[in-house]
Amino acid sequence: MPTTRKLAAAALAAAVGATALAACGGQDGQGGGGDAGAAKATTVTLVSHDSFAASSAVLKEFTKETGYKVKVLKSGDAGEAVNKAILTKGAPQGDVFFGVDNTLLSRALDNGLFTPYTAKGIDRVDPSTRLDKAKHRVTPIDSGYLCVNYDRAYFARHKLAPPNTFADLVKPQYKNMLVTENVATSSPGLGFLLGTIARYGDSGWQDYWKKLKANGVQVVDSWEQAYDQDFSGSAGGKKAKATRPLVVSYASSPPSEVLYAKPRPKSPAQAPTGVATGTCFRQIEFAGLLDGAKNTAGGKALIDFMISKRFQEDMPLQMFVDPVVKGAKEPEVFTKFGAKITDGESMAPPRIAAHRDQWIQTWSSLLVK
Amino acid sequence: MKGAEGPGASPGPPATGRRRAVRPAAVRLALMALPLAFFAVFFAYPVVSIVGRGLRTADGWQLGEVTQVLGRPGILHVLWFTLWQALASTGLTLLIALPGAYVFARFSFPGKQVLRAAVTVPFVLPTVVAGTAFLALLGRGGLLDQLWGVRLDTTVWAILLAHVFFNYAVVVRTVGGLWAQLDPRQEEAARVLGASRLAAWRRVTLPALAPAVAAAALMVFLFTFTSFGVIQILGGPGFSTLEVEIYRQTAELLQLPTAAILTLVQLVAVGAVLGVHAWTVRRRESALRLVDPSTTARRPRGAGQWALLGGVLASVALLLFLPLGVLVERSLDTPGGHGFAYYRALTSVDASGTFLVAPLEAVWNSVRYAVVAAAIALVVGGLAAAALTRRAGRFARGFDALLMLPLGVSAVTVGFGFLITLDKPPLDLRSSWILVPLAQALVGVPFVVRTMLPVLRAVDGRLREAAAVLGASPLRVFREVDLALVRRALLVAAGFAFAVSLGEFGATVFIARPGNPTLPVAVARLLSRPGDLTYGEAMALSTVLMIVCALSLLLLERIRTDRSGEF
Amino acid sequence: MALLTLEDVTVRFGARAALDAVRLDVAEHEIVSVLGPSGSGKSTMLRVIAGLQAPGGGRVLLDGADQAAVPVHRRGVGLMFQDHQLFPQRDVAGNVAFGLRMHGASRAEQRTRVEELLELVGLPGAGGRAVSTLSGGEQQRVALARALAPRPRLLMLDEPLGQLDRGLRERLVVELRGLFGRLGTTVLAVTHDQGEAFALADRVVVMGDGRVAQTGTPLGVWQRPASAFVARFLGFDNVVPATVGGESADTPWGKLPMEPGSPQGGRTLLVRPAGVRMAAPDDGLRCEVETRTFRGSRVVVRLRPEGGGPPLDAECAPAEAPREGDTVGVTFSQDDVVVLAESGTGAKTNATAKTNADAGLRDGSRST
Repeated sequence: MPTTRKLAAAALAAAVGATALAACGGQDGQGGGGDAGAAKATTVTLVSHDSFAASSAVLKEFTKETGYKVKVLKSGDAGEAVNKAILTKGAPQGDVFFGVDNTLLSRALDNGLFTPYTAKGIDRVDPSTRLDKAKHRVTPIDSGYLCVNYDRAYFARHKLAPPNTFADLVKPQYKNMLVTENVATSSPGLGFLLGTIARYGDSGWQDYWKKLKANGVQVVDSWEQAYDQDFSGSAGGKKAKATRPLVVSYASSPPSEVLYAKPRPKSPAQAPTGVATGTCFRQIEFAGLLDGAKNTAGGKALIDFMISKRFQEDMPLQMFVDPVVKGAKEPEVFTKFGAKITDGESMAPPRIAAHRDQWIQTWSSLLVK
Repeated sequence: MKGAEGPGASPGPPATGRRRAVRPAAVRLALMALPLAFFAVFFAYPVVSIVGRGLRTADGWQLGEVTQVLGRPGILHVLWFTLWQALASTGLTLLIALPGAYVFARFSFPGKQVLRAAVTVPFVLPTVVAGTAFLALLGRGGLLDQLWGVRLDTTVWAILLAHVFFNYAVVVRTVGGLWAQLDPRQEEAARVLGASRLAAWRRVTLPALAPAVAAAALMVFLFTFTSFGVIQILGGPGFSTLEVEIYRQTAELLQLPTAAILTLVQLVAVGAVLGVHAWTVRRRESALRLVDPSTTARRPRGAGQWALLGGVLASVALLLFLPLGVLVERSLDTPGGHGFAYYRALTSVDASGTFLVAPLEAVWNSVRYAVVAAAIALVVGGLAAAALTRRAGRFARGFDALLMLPLGVSAVTVGFGFLITLDKPPLDLRSSWILVPLAQALVGVPFVVRTMLPVLRAVDGRLREAAAVLGASPLRVFREVDLALVRRALLVAAGFAFAVSLGEFGATVFIARPGNPTLPVAVARLLSRPGDLTYGEAMALSTVLMIVCALSLLLLERIRTDRSGEF
Repeated sequence: MALLTLEDVTVRFGARAALDAVRLDVAEHEIVSVLGPSGSGKSTMLRVIAGLQAPGGGRVLLDGADQAAVPVHRRGVGLMFQDHQLFPQRDVAGNVAFGLRMHGASRAEQRTRVEELLELVGLPGAGGRAVSTLSGGEQQRVALARALAPRPRLLMLDEPLGQLDRGLRERLVVELRGLFGRLGTTVLAVTHDQGEAFALADRVVVMGDGRVAQTGTPLGVWQRPASAFVARFLGFDNVVPATVGGESADTPWGKLPMEPGSPQGGRTLLVRPAGVRMAAPDDGLRCEVETRTFRGSRVVVRLRPEGGGPPLDAECAPAEAPREGDTVGVTFSQDDVVVLAESGTGAKTNATAKTNADAGLRDGSRST
């Protein structure tokens, strides 16, 4: 019967068409990329976490300079992406991995994830971020701080000075104000915990958290929940009539709020949120050449490019992080609305790796159970 | 031999014995080959590999771990919570949705078709979106908070109610679908024979309905037993199901042995549930005299029936539409008053130039992936359904259950399994776009099978024989008879697979994917960036996703056949 | 050479034999009706011939060729299903043209053949109609046209007129016989309705319990049922055990006159109702009239012998029929007393059936 045949033909055409469309889609997209089979030599694959972003103009520039197209594979949140890379060690999904931070670095290095490579221009990189200076297995790309953010309007309304340090957070005037994230499921939550451990030491941090608990800290599972639902200073929080004026977030969150506010505030005083600069923990993200990469030369070129001025200056507004290269200019919204953090806490990756699981467990029994 | 003169009537060469009559078993095997291969490569192999990786070390199989892991108090707590919340959710869903099933089956009222499509929207909505919306009902400043000062977020009630929200449609469609086709005259006959209204319902309708209720209950149990997003978003840190624990152990902690053992526990539980499900489905297919659903519905009569209709509509409005409504409201609530500013923002790469693609482009990405996923699901599921239509032996029944298994296996298990198995040519698909639709199709196939199977089974076998006697080869018979008759069901199945892939979040986030975000992923990404505009855009994009889902479901309602399966 | 030959075809469903070593020949251009109660295996026979059911034993030959390895769609036979099984999604023309398409006929060829066949079955111009709008009789005609379209060498009909009302059935059966005669089609039809079978066929095959009980011309079978089973199936209830001695037989109804040369000894006898004569009560076997049933131009009277013994049916003109409760005397006419084969149900062996068939043929030819 002709109608059936027509139908079958149409279905087939639709399927083929859709496949072709999606195939095209696989090639355009943000990173350019390309068919792995056809253009292996000219494609370099970057494996990263979901937050990776770079403007297409910058990536096109890389292609123009080196002839390599960048294909970006997003592999879940930071922890998940690192774990996936560990799982596929030897037969990696791509050539370069970006997004392993100082809290996960030891785990990645101990598993032998990366091939050493000394990037061109490494000398211009801020020495305080070069945690693998000796072996050059990873190259620092960006840094940032996890800090308590506060709702400016709230504190103005209540004629209260916002907190500034870890110690402030346990004071009675800030009772029932802070919302933070579960350290077992959220990397900002973990960063904040590490900050308190760095500040109060092995002996003191549990006491500190007991006080925080007594002072009414709220723990939720994800950053999205904390920031968009429970923090009164965010857009989502305002709509949800959120009641917590303090949240564990990033130092870059206030500039982001400004950038996406309408109308855009003119001065820092008008910005919806601010940062408690004495509650910060430093996060550094690294990139490395994956062991077993198919396109080693391309991977090396990409790492070189990632610490170039062009990429470093593009990065802040893409991923809301700070550049690590001397002389890379920060955008105005950062310099004007971002906080200057001078005394952020930090911790050596081996120490984190050695105690991480135990700290998480102790914290969980203190706060969640 | 006048009868065989015509050129078209040539009966073929006299049998030489070389050409054997095709056996049904061989046909079934041939039809099953592709679906089996699909499941072997894209499901069984990855899952077995990742579980094996967890359970086997250099010293051999670590089976001693099993008792050790299952003995941990934390794990026991998770197992217990998983089980009881699934049971409670199932009970609550039935309690709230069964009156709905009755109202949809037996009453006719204006807007019924639209409403039935609308109640299905939550089912295909990604949990990220729905969770946000649901908080607006139960959370701070939500309706309950405003009316009575009650907040249910981070309580188990939020989880249970959200499960009702998601699974309402499963009950309404599975039970209501059958209820609408039960001949009311059977109940009338019982009344004439002296049964009271209640007795007639209990003795006539209930037994006919029981298998459908059981099947619906089992599906709800399955979905809630493997609940992930709802628990994460609404439950807070205090609650964890097996699925959440598997995710944590795998993705966050890389504790593969523990994850493997939990995966096995979940597999066993889900396998048992599916076994029971298959059994009730078979019983449901046992001959009931079904009638055209349009003849059984009528306008409600009397205060009682109007009250029932009103009650059901109110519960639907409160539980299903209020959260969705909040989503829409927030997408329109701009700083400059209500308007479409966020929607306009979706169409452009935003003002500051920080977004790589216009978020609306994600709609197009999603549609493309969903079309491919639906096509794959349709081919695989269609062939599987065709194979299962032929006399079902024990083997075929096992196959049926196998096809359902992906619904019960954690997406993270499958996703991580992909990573360590599909890593060599020609199967190195890890960086290919096709992996996303493939993973989505894995979830879509069970829906296609469940939609097609009842229709295919309802095709009178003698029609096939009639075609064969008239000279149609087995393949031709399938094309000319089965395919022609199930065309509408095929469209329905395709649409459903499409809608499910559109909202599918689990598999999509657990596999690495090239740059083009799908709708749910784009929503998640927008939500992860602080700011008024991004939040508003996330709400607007969610609303768009909701509308796309609703439209495809409404389209399905229009072409819905009267026996279009369970969903 | 016969067009169709069944050689000891056996089909078992579990322990039950649906077909038990059935032998049958159908010659070209012959119209054969298989007659039997439901469950006698007649539909199974058609399914085996069409290839829809594999026989457990025996062979099916078409034009002398064994069909064991020939799949359904290559056997070149036609089958009209009991409930027609028209394709609901196609219109009338689409249904009729189906077989032609399967055999690769050109569009033009299909069109002319469809028109020709619709004309033939009395539905000219109905090609565009949806099958759901057809009446039962029209569906039957379309199903017939569809089966005839690819010119099958053997056309099989399964209860072709089963669902139609009586008047239509009687008219159609005559039409069909005329049509098949004109086309020279070889037909094998199964039915449970003896009227239909006798009106349609050149030859009748009676089946019971998966076996052939009798083969013969319609008249031959009617006049000389081969067994008590056949007799009862044809509606004859006057079946009794008897001891034949010379030209009479001892029965529960007394002595019955027999044809000279009848087989002697313990036998089963059939007395056709027409041969049961009713007269004054003193004359012959005294019986009470239990019921009277009108059957068109005749009346069947159910009689109960006063001296005991099984009830007895008699047939007479309406005017002569006694009233219920009357007492009558019964005598028997020798011509209507028939000696049946020994067995209670079907034929014991095919040899018996064969003999009876031959006898039937002989009888048939004599009485025409």
